[in-house]
Order: sequence, then structure tokens, then C-alpha cells
Amino acid sequence: MDILTWTWIIVGASFALYIGIAIWAKAKTTGDFYVAAKQIHPVLNGMATGADWMSAASFISMAGLISFMGRDGSMYLMGWTGGYVLLAMLLAPYLRKYGKYTVPMFVGERYYSQTARVVALICAIFVSFTYVAGQMRGVGIVFSRFLEVPINTGVIIGMCIVFFYAVLGGMKGITYTQVAQYCVLIVAYMIPAIFISIMLTGNPIPQLGYGSSLSENGMRLLGAPEGGYLLDKLNGIQKDLGFSAYTSGGAKSTIDVFMITFALMVGTAGLPHIIIRFFTTPTIRGARASAGWALLFIALLYTTAPAVASFARLNLMQTLNNKQYSEAPSWFKNWEKTSLVAWKDKNGDGIMQLAKGNAFDGKIAFQKDEAGKFVKGEHGENIVTTKQTPIEKSKNELYIDNDIIVLANPEIAKLPNWVVALVAAGGLAAALSTAAGLLLVIASAISHDLMKSIVKPDMSEKGELIWARSAAGVAVVIAGYFGINPPGFVAQVVAFAFGLAASSFFPVIIMGIFWRKATKEAAIAGMFSGMAFTAAYIIYFKFMNPPAFNVAANWLWGISPEGIGTIGMVINFAVMMIVSKMTKEPPIEVQNMVASLRYPREIK
Amino acid sequence: MVDNERYEAYWKHNKTYIIVLLSIWFAVSYLFGILMADQLDSIKIAGFPLGFWFANQGSEVIFVILIAVYVKMMNSLDIKYDVHEK
Repeated sequence: MDILTWTWIIVGASFALYIGIAIWAKAKTTGDFYVAAKQIHPVLNGMATGADWMSAASFISMAGLISFMGRDGSMYLMGWTGGYVLLAMLLAPYLRKYGKYTVPMFVGERYYSQTARVVALICAIFVSFTYVAGQMRGVGIVFSRFLEVPINTGVIIGMCIVFFYAVLGGMKGITYTQVAQYCVLIVAYMIPAIFISIMLTGNPIPQLGYGSSLSENGMRLLGAPEGGYLLDKLNGIQKDLGFSAYTSGGAKSTIDVFMITFALMVGTAGLPHIIIRFFTTPTIRGARASAGWALLFIALLYTTAPAVASFARLNLMQTLNNKQYSEAPSWFKNWEKTSLVAWKDKNGDGIMQLAKGNAFDGKIAFQKDEAGKFVKGEHGENIVTTKQTPIEKSKNELYIDNDIIVLANPEIAKLPNWVVALVAAGGLAAALSTAAGLLLVIASAISHDLMKSIVKPDMSEKGELIWARSAAGVAVVIAGYFGINPPGFVAQVVAFAFGLAASSFFPVIIMGIFWRKATKEAAIAGMFSGMAFTAAYIIYFKFMNPPAFNVAANWLWGISPEGIGTIGMVINFAVMMIVSKMTKEPPIEVQNMVASLRYPREIK
Repeated sequence: MVDNERYEAYWKHNKTYIIVLLSIWFAVSYLFGILMADQLDSIKIAGFPLGFWFANQGSEVIFVILIAVYVKMMNSLDIKYDVHEK
């Protein structure tokens, strides 16, 4: 069977599974809808959290990003895992003890203030929407690449699926589908990685494989005359071609890597869709354990990603550089039509050259004839119409998109067609599971924090459930709209989501648990100042000035907008401490409530 | 009063665990993986330069272990101070 048929079968089967689970796990009460009636086993919750956490970007783009960034790329690996240590020790057990449904609700009650709750509500909705738009787009892109349907049709199919199980099942439905989605995505990620590791090094564990020596088979495949450690080999080629060594830091300054890693870690621990996952376990012991399971499941993929990155980088350089187009591996030609790879013979020698710098300026486009077919160049390549970077600036002739590293992995490893189809299903699972988790945050923020608590407190349980379902439905449609018409700044807003979570929620929740005397005025002032600073900095560099201005020389202490959330967090903490000292201390009931969060059992 | 002292002691104990474990958390990622990575790279274990390994994989593996240790220690601490869930 060909790849397309396999993909329809496997993706179709996975969707049928998700829908089946949704029908089985229909939410009957608001408790079901918001926190799955607190009946989720810690191990299952760990899997669900893993799927919730790992988005289309983690699955499709991260390995590619690391592959091009070398050691600097580790900031994503550490930044997107280290937050779970903070969650397990500083947040999850105490918030589980609190036991209510949403993050804004905790902020509102702990700081005895509707204003604080509304500020938290707006932050939660903003952070979740910026994030979810990217997921819906991710669904569309996977559909268009693997199933040859237009991106927009893909987004709409994705919307229907998410709509079905998020609206029907609420947190309960989402949790069990996420467990299934985790299984699909991890299998889809590991199989190609294991086979490539065996091919190149003979070691079946990719995490160890990239620290091993090339096997004889690997040397033959790469056309490498001599063996040795894979990473040494990679460093050598990188240097030969004018790049910095793969295993040493390159483009980014140490302070910036430090700050970005920190902002990503505390941002993770402040993201509402992750925090609420810990409300679903039956016990406080379970909430702690669940954070550990979640990180174990996440780390399985996150320790494989750098291995995939190194294998792919070495493979790319060995099999493409200084080769004639006609000798290029078949995956290169297959993926050319998706504009993820491109070649233009700058120096007219008929040979592909890889070097430092960009080969082209801007998005790749190919020349097409009236029938819409690609026009071929003299070597058989698609003709690139994008403006090329002058040869004096960069000798590089190849464009290679980050995403190709994961997407073309099965073909590079010469695996059967069904594995390619599995990767498509994995990418969709990653995007859909994250989207659903975010939609639930939006729905519960609207129905519980806005309608039930502020607008219509006398609403019945049934009425609230209707509101929750409708809010989820509307949120799906809005997310889908942004997926079809992505705002130009989608890539930029990820920095926003993490920066805002780091500078608003994280300090307010930590202080709320660990310092009884933190006051309402302090929380509002802290959230506002941390957020205002972070948002202003990001907007100033990302939106108000041209990209050329967004360079280290202009940054505050050399910190990029991606890392500025760390400073925003420090400001928030400092403001909270000062303002708390200056204002009247919290009422005694609130102080008692804070004390009660610290002990698993009810205390008097 | 006796109860209160017990609660205070439990919370203090918990905070000590957190401080120790988060110091390790900081050391493996920020110290070994970022600030001292270049120096550590001169040490090699199999094909991995050590600083690169901490940044790429080591810190993640140690993060998982840190949570596991915390979970275990807290489960016994809950029982020792008699604040566990029944």
C-alpha cells in the first residue's frame, strides 16, 4: 500500500479511537467537566499531562531546531522539562489540596479579591488563546503534508474532532483521549529514532546511540571513510563547513541562554492548562507522584529529540553537501514539493553546497507552469523563485526547513510506509491533545470564573454545564478561525505566552502558598507590574521596531525578548514583597486557608 | 499547641527538602549545562562531552530522579508527622 492510503487508515483509526473514548467518558456534572471528578490515576494523569504538554511544536519542530542550534538548543530541552520539578515541589500538591477548579479561582480566593481574579482570568484566556491558535495551524499543516488536503480543510477536520470530545467529555473526555494520544505520539516518535540509531551506530537506544561510535553500516550509509564517535564526526564536519562545533555553544550569549531557560521553566510551571491537570488526581500524594510520571513520559521524548537532531544533522551534511542533485537521496526529492527543502545552484558547478548562512531571503517559492506543475531546472531540481542571498554573503545553496528532521525521518531510515503514516498520526495527536487542554482552560474560565462567580452566581449546576459546553464550543471555533487566518505574529506569541505565565501566575501562586502575609494589593500590583514590564519589552522589540533592531546590542543586559519573562518574574516577586509589607495583612480566614494548603490532611 | 508545633516542624522539614533538591536542580541545569558547560566539555564520557551531555540529556534525567526522591521523602514525612491522607 502507498503512503497516502496508510496515512488515511492510521489517522482515521486514531480519530475513531478518540471519538469512541469521548462517548464512553461523557461528562455528567461540572465536577466531571472541570476536573474529571478527581478520579484520574496518577500514572494516567502523567500520560495525559505529557500529551497536553507536548504540542505540535515539540513533536514536529523541536528536534529540527536543536539540530540547527547545536548546544544552544538545549535551552528548550531543559527549559521545557525543568518546570515540572517546580510544579512537583512548589505548586501541584498545594493546589490539589485547595481542590477547586481553576487557577483564577485560586488567585481570587487566596487574595480575597474579585479584581485579582479578573486579572488572572484575562491572563489565562490570553495565554491559552495565543497557544491554541498555533496548535490548530499545526493540525492543518500535518493534514496538508501527509494527506494532501488544503491546510484549511485540515484545520476544519481538526476542529470537528476537538469540538466533539472537548465539548462532550470536558476534562474527563479530554484526559482519557490524551492518554491514548500520548501512546500514539510516543510510539510514532520512537520507532524512526530507534531504527536510525541502529542504522548509524548499531545501538538500539537512541539516547545512548548518539554518544556511540559509527558502525560499519553507518559509515557505508554516510559514505564516511573512517569511523569514530558520532559527535566527533559531526563536530569535524561542522567546522569544515564553517559552522561552530555542534557540541559547543554558538550564536547565543551565556546570559541569554540562562535567562531563556529560566523563563521557559517558570513559564511551564505557570501555565494554567498544565496546572489544572494536577487538580484531577484523587489524592495529594497522587498529585506529587503525577508530576513525576508526567516528567518521565515527557523526558522519554525530550531525551530522544537531541539524538534525532544529531543523527539527522550528520546525515544531512554527509549525504547532501558536495553531491550532485541527481545523486541526492530520494527523501530530498520527495519533500521538495512541500517547499521544506530547496536548492539553487549559485556558483553554477552543478553540485549542492552547504555552508553557513541562509541560502535564500524569505519564504521558499517555486516556479510553476500554467497547469500548476513545477518547472524543472537543468539538473532536475525545482526552480526557486525566492530571492537568493548573494554568493558573497553566503555560499550556502540549500534551504532545509527545521521540520524536515522529524517529518522525513522514516524515509531517511528507509522504514516501511506505515511508519510514515504513524508519524502523521503522532503529529496530529500532539497538536490535538494540547489544543483540547487549552480549550478547557478557556471554557472553565468563562463558565466558572466569569459566569458562575461574577455574572450569575445563582446559576444551577445544569446551567453552568451548558455554559461550560457552549464556551468550549465557541472557543473551538475562534481557535479554528485563527488556525485558518493565522495572525502574522504566531511565532512571536509563544515568547509572549511563556513570558506572561512566568511574570504573572508563577510568583502570585508561589507567594500565595509559601507566604501567608502576601496581601491582595500586593498580588494585583505584582501581577500588573510583572506583566506590564514583560509585555512592554516584547512589544517594543518584536512589534514596534524592525527585526534588525532586535539584536543583543540593544537589549537590556543582553537579554532577548524570549528570556525577559525571568526579569518580569523577579519584578513581580519584589513588588509583592514590598507592597505586602506596606498594606494591611490578609484576614485571618485567608491566613488559615493558606496554612491548611500545606498539610495533606484536614487540620484544625 | 502540641499539634501546632508538629505542623510547624513538618512544614519546616518540607522546606528543607525543597531547598536541597532545588539546589541540585539548579546545579545540574544552570551550572553544569550552561555556566560551566565549556569547562566540563573537556571531560568526555563515551562520545559525550560532559557539559553538552548535561545540557542535552543529563539534566532531564536528573529532574525525573529529583521528583521521584521528593515524592518518596514526602510520603514518609506525611506519615512521620501524622498529616497524611486517610
